[in-house]
Amino acid sequence: MKIKIPPQINRLVLLFILVTGLFLIVRQFLIPDTFGDLGHYRAASLEDNSDIPLNFAGGAACFDCHEDIFDLKEQDLHSGLSCETCHGPGQAHVNSMEASDIFIPTGREYCGRCHDKNAARPTDYVMQVDVSTHNEGLDCNECHNAHQPWELLR
Amino acid sequence: MEQHIQHLYEMLSQVEGFIYPNELELQWGILIVIYPYITGLVAGAFILASLERVFNVKVLKPTYELALLTALAFLLVAALPLVSHLARPGRAFRIMITPNTHSAMAIFGFVYSWYLMAVLLLEIWFDYRKSFVVWSRERKGIMKWVYKILTLGVMDISPKAIEWDRKIGYFITVIGIPSAFLLHGYVGFIFGSIKANPWWSTVLMPIIFLFSAMVSGIALVLVIYMAVSYIRRQAIDMKALDAIARYLFFMLILDFTLESLDQIHRFYEAEESFEILSLLVSGRLYLTLIVFQVILGTLIPLVALGTLQLYKPREKIRKALYLSVSVLVLIGIFFMRWNVVIGGQLFSKSFRGFTSFKLGLVGSEGVLMGIVWIVLPFIILAFLLWFLPPWKKAEDDI
Amino acid sequence: MGTTKIKTNRREFLRSTATAAGGLFTFFWLQPTKAFILVSREEGVTEGPWYGIGIDIEKCIGCGKCAAACKDENDVPKDPFFFRNWVEQYTVKKDGSVVIESPNGGMDGFTQSVPDDQVFKSFFVPKMCNHCQTSPCVQVCPIGATYDSPEGVVLVDEESCMGCRYCVQACPYGCRYIHPKKNVVDKCTLCYHRIKKDLIPACFEVCPTGARIFGDLNDKNSELIRFLGEKNVQVLKAHLNTGSKLYYHSLSMEVL
Repeated sequence: MKIKIPPQINRLVLLFILVTGLFLIVRQFLIPDTFGDLGHYRAASLEDNSDIPLNFAGGAACFDCHEDIFDLKEQDLHSGLSCETCHGPGQAHVNSMEASDIFIPTGREYCGRCHDKNAARPTDYVMQVDVSTHNEGLDCNECHNAHQPWELLR
Repeated sequence: MEQHIQHLYEMLSQVEGFIYPNELELQWGILIVIYPYITGLVAGAFILASLERVFNVKVLKPTYELALLTALAFLLVAALPLVSHLARPGRAFRIMITPNTHSAMAIFGFVYSWYLMAVLLLEIWFDYRKSFVVWSRERKGIMKWVYKILTLGVMDISPKAIEWDRKIGYFITVIGIPSAFLLHGYVGFIFGSIKANPWWSTVLMPIIFLFSAMVSGIALVLVIYMAVSYIRRQAIDMKALDAIARYLFFMLILDFTLESLDQIHRFYEAEESFEILSLLVSGRLYLTLIVFQVILGTLIPLVALGTLQLYKPREKIRKALYLSVSVLVLIGIFFMRWNVVIGGQLFSKSFRGFTSFKLGLVGSEGVLMGIVWIVLPFIILAFLLWFLPPWKKAEDDI
Repeated sequence: MGTTKIKTNRREFLRSTATAAGGLFTFFWLQPTKAFILVSREEGVTEGPWYGIGIDIEKCIGCGKCAAACKDENDVPKDPFFFRNWVEQYTVKKDGSVVIESPNGGMDGFTQSVPDDQVFKSFFVPKMCNHCQTSPCVQVCPIGATYDSPEGVVLVDEESCMGCRYCVQACPYGCRYIHPKKNVVDKCTLCYHRIKKDLIPACFEVCPTGARIFGDLNDKNSELIRFLGEKNVQVLKAHLNTGSKLYYHSLSMEVL
């Protein structure tokens, strides 16, 4: 028994195949190249995320030129600190060697960032003073060498 | 960008308690309130149309094509607020190219295309095909060719062909019902599946969205039917109107029950997020939730419609009541979406504070733009009613 | 004779079924439950490092240098609305209320706001992307613009992201934001560009007390594994089961 397919169905099925086919073809061209290589993402994005310039040089980078300061620092309580903790991002300075490209901290507020008395600050990991009253008027550098803080200068 | 940053500094003073630093600005604004509102209207209008076709509710016949065309007009606009809210709208096409099958949002492109093409347009085509053939013969000039193209070359209008139209149309409507549920239900799931947000994360979210969608869709068709009849100076079929209002009433009861269940459950369990959410409801969300959504948008319509089931006053009074109730319901459901979307972002995920939502007048996320998106479907509907007039259709054998 | 035979068969059947059932039950009961704290890596991926983070609350002094260094390293706008990394200060007052502050995300350090005589307990909590193993942000991205790298770092593909913000909504920790200039989602990348050159992320570099530990969870000798072994550790919002790889030591209950 032959079933007669109505012309509506014929026409619509044709249209459906056309539209779906077109979509699938266009889609193939639009999928980015490395998509799906490692997971449901564009694998080349890993390179995009690694191809970014450094601003912080990392502790070891300072050692080559500033070994003397390193040795000084190792003997006192600031030994665990990276240079860039206080001096800020150093890659520009490493690239250019200009003294102006590295930040030299000054002022009581700067040291107070870590050392100001605060109830939330654990006392066994940082020495604390009340920055507003501790030896008022003097800059921290006048008594403390930041690389050897307990060797008081005054 | 500078102005934007300046605006953010101003918003800092509006913060109450503690919020994570990145939470100051709401990510989803009025456009994301409008999108589910529109797709909800589409789903609701379509379900009402299906009642006539699939469940043989004959009394609704005068509103069948009207409901379908309303659904189409709103569906055509639905994607627009969505695309315009993106930070990079030009990349929106990627959702069709590399959809992530784990993401509810990725369904959008496919469900939208499916519903538009395989359900709504097809159903309208099968319903109007005979009219297309007849109009293409009657009209002259460019309209003749337009209707001819719309027939897709299928010019047979013998009783057998019409019978096929009816059968296939029925089949499509049957498929259309779960498709409509998917079109709007997935939006509810988008919110309901976010475990990070306790205001959104509930199993009931897709269901609540669906039922409030049906309520809003029914109310919309009621309003449009009354408006179109008034404009065309045609008498309103009161039996149809009473039936629509009756469906609205029952759907509203179901919707209210589900939403209340959600809140009662939250209240009873009183888990970790309860405190901040109570503060949310009694504070920043009080006006839009308690006043606009619950009292104005749900309780008053329920009382009014309930009373009308028991006591039926004169036609004129009934019409006025139906109209005002429907408008209230439409406003109420809009604010339901508002309370979900905006409400969910007003409190911090630290559960310790609130930020604020500033709705500007101009700009792509402003009030004016929102009004454009809501008014545009009506303009499209007016065009569709001129292009595919339901009352001028070639005579159907019923 | 026929009846006896059937009886024996039935007994045999019951015995073998019970043995099978009992065996299955015991088998499943004895299966070691996956370590709840130390998330396990995806099956089949065994090569290369798999990064995690440890933060010791007892050592954090709230200097905020981590928050500042991150912005310097990654060119994040300095305005206080976009943070890949920030510090919170919790002060539990003697009346039981909790005050939480994060002025400028802690970028400029902290000053004590609650007077000493009202303080019951106070501590700092650094926050950052948890680089979750089963990250909800990766799960919800509709187009695959955010992903888990082979090293366990959750990254964003800036070329693909369309800024739908679904991932921002999905992150329980508030780590993501829309970059105001790039108009795509931005977040902590664990300084992917640094760790690929065998350096450590900027925030770990500048921490003066060693409160932050960066390490390879696959390296049995790493400082991070030692940290996990020696200390009581916890992750944020553990009930959400995000597979967070940011392990805190000494996290008090006030932190949500």
